[in-house]
Amino acid sequence: MAGLTGRMSTVVKAKVSKLLDRAEDPAETLDYSYQKQVEQLQNVKKGIADVVTAKKRLQLQETSLQQQVVKLDTQARQAVSSGKEDLARVALERKNIAQTELQSLDTQVTELEAQQEKLTDSEQKLRAKIEAFRTKKEVIKAQYSAAEAQVKISEAATGVGEQMADVGLAMQRAVDKTENMKARADAVQELEAAGTFDDITALGPGEDDIDRQLKSLSSKSAVDDDLAKLKGELGSGDGGGGAGQLPAGAEEEPATADPAKEQSA
Amino acid sequence: MIVRISGEDQYRLEESLHERLNQLDNAVLSAIDGNDEDAFNASFKELLDYVRANGQRIGDEEIETSDLILPPDDITLAEAAGEFTGEGLIPD
Repeated sequence: MAGLTGRMSTVVKAKVSKLLDRAEDPAETLDYSYQKQVEQLQNVKKGIADVVTAKKRLQLQETSLQQQVVKLDTQARQAVSSGKEDLARVALERKNIAQTELQSLDTQVTELEAQQEKLTDSEQKLRAKIEAFRTKKEVIKAQYSAAEAQVKISEAATGVGEQMADVGLAMQRAVDKTENMKARADAVQELEAAGTFDDITALGPGEDDIDRQLKSLSSKSAVDDDLAKLKGELGSGDGGGGAGQLPAGAEEEPATADPAKEQSA
Repeated sequence: MIVRISGEDQYRLEESLHERLNQLDNAVLSAIDGNDEDAFNASFKELLDYVRANGQRIGDEEIETSDLILPPDDITLAEAAGEFTGEGLIPD
């Protein structure tokens, strides 16, 4: 077959013979092959662990972003109910960015999960093949002459070698994907460090305008609440107005004191 | 004839199916040559499905060398196109 299948077969077969040709003495094929098989199994286990680690990291980022989305949404609502549309806009913008990142992380976690499943499956298949190889070589040794046994065992080694090459391919793809995800996780971390997803009251040292506005907004509404309460207690609008004028009057005292002094002088 | 789907399983297929496999494989190749993603995905899936539907899965404990090896089912057009030119799917 000259098509894709043929090309793929050629690539894998070249890989297999490369794996096996390293044993120069045919008598070493068995030992060498078995040693490579065991090494490969260990590599697959390590590969699975790497994928799991990458996945956990992305999941942690997801959790953190989900919390930010909730916080920003609450802040946007507060801002709207206070009539501060510009603040609500900032919060919603950040929320949207965080949501977009969340969706992307979600896709990637799913993809890593698929990779993990594939590798686990590959590991089981390779393990079964290696077990079969071990059994087969004993049977072959018992049934055939030394020269024939060598040929049969080499055939079996090639068969397992193909499985090994295939697992190697699955591993390489998983590693590539995991690397991409790591780069992605780094990018999200940079956005986080830059404060892209921060809630709008937590902008760090040196607070910006939005922060101050929001704080003054909440304190202003607290003052309004207190004032309304006072008005209610005193039972009349005029009384409340009079109470409000008290501090203002006190402030004016020094100013009125000076002209009084001037007048008396 | 023994066909492996990389990352999956090996299947035993009747020799008489070789011709049909060839046709399906050529359809995948022309999709690659035409850089047609949709055609690639569809034709490649058809090829894999044909093997799965018409082949008998070989047990994990059986040791056989494949006559044909198909790329893994999640291969992209870019990977398939670049597979045999650059570093290839199989690392050294």
